[in-house]
Amino acid sequence: MRVVALDARALRLGLAPGLTLADARARVPELAAVDHDPHGDRLWLERIADGCDRWTPMVALDPPDGVTLDITGCVEAFVLSSPSPVRFEQRRAKSRRVRREAEAGPDFSTAGLDCARPSARSERVGEYGSEAALAADIEHRLAAAGLTLRLALADTPEAAQALARFQSLPAADETQAIRRLPIAALRLEDEPETALRRAGLKTLGDLADRPAAPLAARFGEGLVEALDRLLGRADSRISPRRALPALLFERRFAEPLARTDDALAVLDDLAREAAIALEERHGGGRRFAGRLYRSDGAVREIAIETGLPTRDPAVPARLFRERIDALADPIDPGFGFDMIRLAVPAIEPLAATQLKLEGGRVAEEAMAALVDRLSIRLGRDRVRRFVAQGTHIPEQQALALPAVEVPDPTPWPQPPAGEPPLRPLHLFDPPQRIAVTMSEVPDGPPLRFRWRRAVHEVARFEGPERIAGEWWHVRVARLPDPPLSVLRRKPGRDAMDCDEEELADPADSPPQRPAQPLLTRDYFRVEDVRGRRFWLFRHGLYERETDTPDWYVHGLFA
Amino acid sequence: MHAPLGIDSLDRALGGGLARARLHELFAAEPADGPAAAGFAAMLARLALPPGAPLLWLRQEEAERAGGGLSASGLAQIGIDPARLVLLVPPDPVRLLRAAADVVRCPPVGAAVIELWQRPRVLDLTASRRLAVAAEESGVTVLMLRVDAEPAPSAAHTRWRIASTPSTALEADAPGHPAFAIELLRQRGRPDGGRWRVEWDREQAAFREAPLPGAVVPAAAGGPEAAPLRA
Repeated sequence: MRVVALDARALRLGLAPGLTLADARARVPELAAVDHDPHGDRLWLERIADGCDRWTPMVALDPPDGVTLDITGCVEAFVLSSPSPVRFEQRRAKSRRVRREAEAGPDFSTAGLDCARPSARSERVGEYGSEAALAADIEHRLAAAGLTLRLALADTPEAAQALARFQSLPAADETQAIRRLPIAALRLEDEPETALRRAGLKTLGDLADRPAAPLAARFGEGLVEALDRLLGRADSRISPRRALPALLFERRFAEPLARTDDALAVLDDLAREAAIALEERHGGGRRFAGRLYRSDGAVREIAIETGLPTRDPAVPARLFRERIDALADPIDPGFGFDMIRLAVPAIEPLAATQLKLEGGRVAEEAMAALVDRLSIRLGRDRVRRFVAQGTHIPEQQALALPAVEVPDPTPWPQPPAGEPPLRPLHLFDPPQRIAVTMSEVPDGPPLRFRWRRAVHEVARFEGPERIAGEWWHVRVARLPDPPLSVLRRKPGRDAMDCDEEELADPADSPPQRPAQPLLTRDYFRVEDVRGRRFWLFRHGLYERETDTPDWYVHGLFA
Repeated sequence: MHAPLGIDSLDRALGGGLARARLHELFAAEPADGPAAAGFAAMLARLALPPGAPLLWLRQEEAERAGGGLSASGLAQIGIDPARLVLLVPPDPVRLLRAAADVVRCPPVGAAVIELWQRPRVLDLTASRRLAVAAEESGVTVLMLRVDAEPAPSAAHTRWRIASTPSTALEADAPGHPAFAIELLRQRGRPDGGRWRVEWDREQAAFREAPLPGAVVPAAAGGPEAAPLRA
């Protein structure tokens, strides 16, 4: 067992990550150790990243213990809406990225705030003020959540990550600070790193001034690329955890809102703002996500979805209430929400509509509203619509999709005329095994079967209707046998009740078909003496696919 | 206001057919008659549905598991376009009835089938009266389908008991069109009673009287296409 992470006091005692636990205990007998829990750390980091949404929508994880924020253009917004009086600067921060590193261990963390000074190309005075205010706010809020951070600001994400992890001494400016970083900041593989160290190159400054070609030839392309990204010579961006929504509206409060009802009223306000914005764009939204930011850093998201695009602010307002009523664990305002956001992830075209004389449009909308409401209350998977699928496998012919996803399904083909229902009203998934206690011949219809502790005497049957597996979906090395039986069609009837006549029975042909997915099913429509109608099938062709075929009931007719 | 079922004596007994915008109760005679009762409910819904209007079917999750899932192709073979169906699968009877109340209050809904197994405590006289009143106001025909349950006082307009019965065999002794033995247990404001053996004809979208079991099959029983000249 090895030590993975240590807290500040343990580091001061001279212990280091990578040490075996026995060695560490030998040096410090009273060492308290807890099991490493990477999954828990990851969840914790995700939660921290959720909370970081309040500063910028561009948040990326830098596992195992870092979060990178892109604050391009956010400083100004932050100053504008910050409850604390901060001088407003007109200058936009250009391509500034901040990185906050939180040591995610349960207790042990290293302390320290490293803030790279603005680079030479930006004016020092103004920006420093607002960026520092942002950094201070980040630090303040996370300290309240019990975290200690190393925080760094830089022009590229890699530089910010490296500065937060490796900077030990304050430097005059960002370039200086980066040049002083050890080569470990490049995050190379072990081999080139050792090679660099042997060559006497210890800091990034040693590498930065050398020509790229010899470096690449000796230490690999990866080194030059990493160096370029770190020094800002190559373009590098973070990929945010969430896609940026098309529209985003937010409200911040100097005094946190302590009641859920107030938060809902704010969401209604934001929905009205969204409606105006959507109308300007001749569009509507199908998803609305409200995020409630609690002052202690916890974030609660409530999302709603509608079947048809809408921009009527009353619709999201009503659905948000439905959603909150249906929540399994109610929203806990705690010490209050200090920020509320409403996002419309995508805008869909929605032209102004005109009422029809017959009221068709109104009825359609009322129906869509009912489906939306029920989907929110019961859960979207519990309100379903059927969509036809192009397959002959009975259980796959219809897909039951959430109704909000299929607002307008296409009509189904008409069944063949003159036939009684050939498909059952109820289908079992999976089919239920039955015991056939009597049948005429092994490959004939069942005469008596037992299902759910009741014996059914078959009075009438029709079949077999042979349904083979979809062999074209199964990859086999060898081609399977060609079908060995000829289905002779009775004139005047459908292929449903074909007589099967075997031309050859190749007892000598080896079983070449792949086993499970390709077993042919022989379906029988069966009625027992009391008039109950079943859909049974025999799984596998007798003697050719299996010697003891199983019987199943797959459905029940009306 | 009435949807004729297609059998004269039955329609006369009902005063013209199935009353739209009312609550009707359908009881499966035995739990094993559940599919028959469900089929009969689907057929009544087909009769009561205004053209183009959606049909909502509410089933408990448990029914979907124990009784088999409602199959779209099976519904199509009864004459209901699955594209017009919205299936609701609430987890328990309480939420099912709450959802049903919303559905029944929504006028664009053509008909609603509320399938409840056994006898949940929430389904009392008040609940059924609430549904009946809502149905009258909105014009939605409500079919309360009960499986594994005994009839109890309710606000329903009609109450039926459905059992499956042997169908009229087609050629080669194949099972024929869906056949039911139905009994009118109760009818509000009209005389109760009456038993029928009915058979569903999808093409005509109507019931017809089923011949008694054992009767000789008339040549046209399966429709003109189903009884061709055999080679």
